[in-house]
Amino acid sequence: MGELLSQYDVLGAFWMNIKLTVLAAVGSFVIGLVLALCRISPIGSLQKFGAAYVNIVRNTPLTIIMVIGVLGVWSQLQVQLSSDFDFNFFLYAVACLSLYHASFVCEAIRSGVNTVPLGQAEAARAIGLPFMDAARLVILPQALRGAVTPLGNTLIALTKNSTVAAAASVAEVSGMMKTMMEFRPDVMVFIFCIVALGFCLIVIPIGICTTWLSDRLAVAR
Amino acid sequence: MSAQPTVLFDAPGPRGRRNILLLNIVGVLLVVGLIVKVLVDLAQKGQLAGHLWINAINGAAWQDYLLPGLQFTLQAAAISVATSLVFGLAFGFLRLAPFAVIRWGASIIVEFLRAVPVLVMMVFLYTALAQVSRTTGAIAAEDSPYYAVIIGLTLYNGSVIAELIRSGVNGLPKGQREAASAIGMTRNQSLLLVEVPQAITAMMPSLLSQIVIIIKDSALGYLIGFYELLQYSRQLGSGQGNMLQALVVAALVFIVLNTVLTLVARWLAGRLSSRTSGATALKPGPAGSSAPHL
Repeated sequence: MGELLSQYDVLGAFWMNIKLTVLAAVGSFVIGLVLALCRISPIGSLQKFGAAYVNIVRNTPLTIIMVIGVLGVWSQLQVQLSSDFDFNFFLYAVACLSLYHASFVCEAIRSGVNTVPLGQAEAARAIGLPFMDAARLVILPQALRGAVTPLGNTLIALTKNSTVAAAASVAEVSGMMKTMMEFRPDVMVFIFCIVALGFCLIVIPIGICTTWLSDRLAVAR
Repeated sequence: MSAQPTVLFDAPGPRGRRNILLLNIVGVLLVVGLIVKVLVDLAQKGQLAGHLWINAINGAAWQDYLLPGLQFTLQAAAISVATSLVFGLAFGFLRLAPFAVIRWGASIIVEFLRAVPVLVMMVFLYTALAQVSRTTGAIAAEDSPYYAVIIGLTLYNGSVIAELIRSGVNGLPKGQREAASAIGMTRNQSLLLVEVPQAITAMMPSLLSQIVIIIKDSALGYLIGFYELLQYSRQLGSGQGNMLQALVVAALVFIVLNTVLTLVARWLAGRLSSRTSGATALKPGPAGSSAPHL
């Protein structure tokens, strides 16, 4: 099996998935945080914008977002994100993954805020804390703890969804697996097991960390 | 504009209301500005030309591309829903079995299937089925993407449903199980007649949002050559030279379909809460993605 692994750079393909995941995690966190701020603000127009974004994006398949990005925005509208051909597609994949998962990050943060009972805010106001202090010292620390589990779940989903970058012809692991299986159908179960185990090795530790963190940080109420 | 207090914001006073009104106007201007900017950019590239959009939504487009595509999407999704339910119920029971060996075996399978991306499973199944059709001819070669999509969706979503059932049963109040054993039911009778039915009622809303995930993930079949809505709309787009417009129309079809299902799930969550001692509320987690509770 050694020659199979030396012929195809499986580790390199996995590394591509990890790069996609990390960059899209940062991107989706930033966009998701802005959306969540819109949705929990008392400003009606921003609330509606946040809600509309989340409801539209959450109900669209990621594959179609990726294909709209590559065949619609790149090929038809000719929007170049980078002059380097491969890097351009990589950026498209990161952008699509970020835009898609931002809606889930937004909902994760919002559900974290919703775990804080109203009484906490009332108590903070009752002891005379102004808005910023109440938010900084009382509400947000509890809200962030409540958001750990849904954020971890979103990160796991993002890790697995990084394979959809195959739709943007990024050299990631599901595309490589397809090529390997076409040339070596005799060892296809072995190839599948390697890729599947690779994902188990990435995904299961994230799940364990999330559970550990959320147990450790759980707010006793 | 919300006047009732939320966790972060108290009910605003007169000055607060004035500030909110001002920020609201700024917000409207920002959002409208963004939309206008996108539309102007599209118009400058000639993408708003009437014929491009009309060709993506006229009768011929629906008849030759969108409806056949939608039919295959819905067909694959409907079959997958049924098979995932069977798979999920079976493995849900196995994970609650009285013998530790069975419980552990079922748990390992379920956790494995939830950790592997659906696309990776589909690619493997597609290649394997194509191999089977080449060597034995048991299935037609052109059907292998279709079966790969259905089996892939079943394995993944079935495991999610198995987990829903297990956590649903564990989430029931202890009194249900105690009452069942107090009237002389065995552990299996209690599971079968008292706990699992309530767990299923409690998970109905989550199950419906799982259908949204199945419909969305069926679009992954595009990547292994399954002819579903996305594949058809891409063909429409390359035939008419309106790829962006055709894909946007396909996305809108998905959005409308999934929004309706989400609304039904939310309505059901409110209605079913009186019929079970479990919690029917939809989990606020990622409704459109895989959320393993590892």
